[in-house]
Amino acid sequence: MQKLSFIAKRLVKAVFVLLAIVVLNFFLIRAAPGDPAQVMAGEAGAADEIFIAQLREQFGLDRPLHEQLLIYVGGIVTLDMGYSYRQQQPVADLIFDRLPATLILTGTAFVISILLGVLLGALAAARVGKWTDSLITVVALVFYATPLFWIALMAILLFSVQLGWLPGFGMESVGAGYSGFQRVLDVLQHLVLPATTLGLFFMAIYARLTRASMLEVMDMDFVKTARAKGLPPGRITRVHVLRNAILPVITLAGIQAGQLVGGAVLTETVFAWPGIGRLMFDALLQRDYNLLLGVFFVSSAMVILFNLVTDVVYTLVDPRIELK
Amino acid sequence: MSTAAASPRSAQAQAFRDFWKRFARNKGAVVGVVILLAVVVLAAVAPLIYPQSPWSMVQRPFLPPLAVDGFLFGTDTLGRDIGAGLVHGARISLLVGIVSTVVALTIGVTIGALAGYYGGLLDDALMRFTEFFQTIPNFALAIVLVAIFQPSITSVIVAIGIVSWPPVARLVRGEFLSLRSREFVQASVVLGQSNLQIITRQILPNTLSPVIVMASLMIAQAILLESSLSFLGLGDPNTMSWGYMIGAARTVIRQAWWMSFFPGVAILLTVLALNLVGEGLNDALNPRLARKGR
Repeated sequence: MQKLSFIAKRLVKAVFVLLAIVVLNFFLIRAAPGDPAQVMAGEAGAADEIFIAQLREQFGLDRPLHEQLLIYVGGIVTLDMGYSYRQQQPVADLIFDRLPATLILTGTAFVISILLGVLLGALAAARVGKWTDSLITVVALVFYATPLFWIALMAILLFSVQLGWLPGFGMESVGAGYSGFQRVLDVLQHLVLPATTLGLFFMAIYARLTRASMLEVMDMDFVKTARAKGLPPGRITRVHVLRNAILPVITLAGIQAGQLVGGAVLTETVFAWPGIGRLMFDALLQRDYNLLLGVFFVSSAMVILFNLVTDVVYTLVDPRIELK
Repeated sequence: MSTAAASPRSAQAQAFRDFWKRFARNKGAVVGVVILLAVVVLAAVAPLIYPQSPWSMVQRPFLPPLAVDGFLFGTDTLGRDIGAGLVHGARISLLVGIVSTVVALTIGVTIGALAGYYGGLLDDALMRFTEFFQTIPNFALAIVLVAIFQPSITSVIVAIGIVSWPPVARLVRGEFLSLRSREFVQASVVLGQSNLQIITRQILPNTLSPVIVMASLMIAQAILLESSLSFLGLGDPNTMSWGYMIGAARTVIRQAWWMSFFPGVAILLTVLALNLVGEGLNDALNPRLARKGR
């Protein structure tokens, strides 16, 4: 019961944050240099008069500001994010078409980064001071400092151009006409490079955090007790230490979700992965602000949803959590 | 006692020596300082080594590294010297990194100090505000801000500042919360110092160490953010930057690896150096918190 009300409170908060983002978007359009209708239509002069007039009508641009805000919020609530004049499609359709690709990419990258990160961090902590530890620490430091888009390019150069092992462009082989299982395999092959690239930076973060967190927990009394009881060291590390040390990692994973979305913009741009990150880049090139803000809103919503999930997971993993 | 009183200068020197001793115990940090100094020196003397604008065409395009004397790093698709781009790009990276961190510190310290010192409703409101900014995907927000306010050095700096301040606010708030009830603060209240005086003269100086450590790591993140923005074409169109160089060379990566390789190494080394220095500062300034296992 207590847990349910905790989750309900989080839900209400999430809705407020979403509303705040919509309001932010509303004011950003008006902060841009130029007439809001022109801004929403794309670069000045790109749209014809009829479309501009339509926009004015649709968003009530000749009415007072607070009414405009209500119209705008009302639109978003009904998932109407306007029309992309450049792409000749509703913004919502464009985004929801591309969303699955991004979810596959970020989801895989997330799993890779957490698994590898926790594994390497735990390994380093278990061998603290030895060469395994030093190696993992250095690798994590380097990936933490490497620009994502650059690793992506270097990965293409090495694995795709030089070695020819993996495809580095798109999500499927163009014109191959695969179906069923073959198609899944094809997509998986295309997924390897972008997902690993996107995951590496986060892997570095999780590895560093897991290592530090495990070293801290290892010093605690209950671990000494476990050792004194004569439990095998492997069991102590896996069960006693790791379970406690993983809590800050979960917290951070929630915080990092936003970064993952940002990383997707870069990764998808380099690998021509047809997700919303690539869509954001296209919107950027074409100065299609309506689409840009639409992607911004949807990606924020994804992050908020993900934060909600990590909150729930946290309450499950740590029964001690204070339910405020 | 008399010597310390007679020459505060030597006391300062002693304090610095102590600081350096703790800092230098971390070998990585020393390596970081060396790399960082090299980058700073290169940035400073850029106009001397490459007096010509990094935008000007100086050789034939697609010149590989070392193919012609004086073109150690080759040329790009338009025959611009990549070496010149590298040293001039260092200036922009450092400038944006430092100034945007100052912007973020200004916002973060102000909000954190007010929230932590006054507490109550103000604290609640400011922390909700901070959480809001921490939740929105920060790179996506930076993209939107720069795109809408048009790419320029100023918009890039402001955007990075706006998306980077929340951790500072939380850190400073935490420090203020724990320092507020300490005796020296209560003493200042009894002495009748104003709130502003207590915040700026009594508490703030005591929060300096963790803020400095965080700032050095923030400069590193800001440089990464700047390079990502200019990679996407959101850099100032009039300044040469590492991210721009990689973005421009992206489409020819199959024919000309060097055009994107070297600027990436430059970013990597600079960011790595700053992170290492940050860790060293942490060891030196917060000795009690110094991380275990080294």
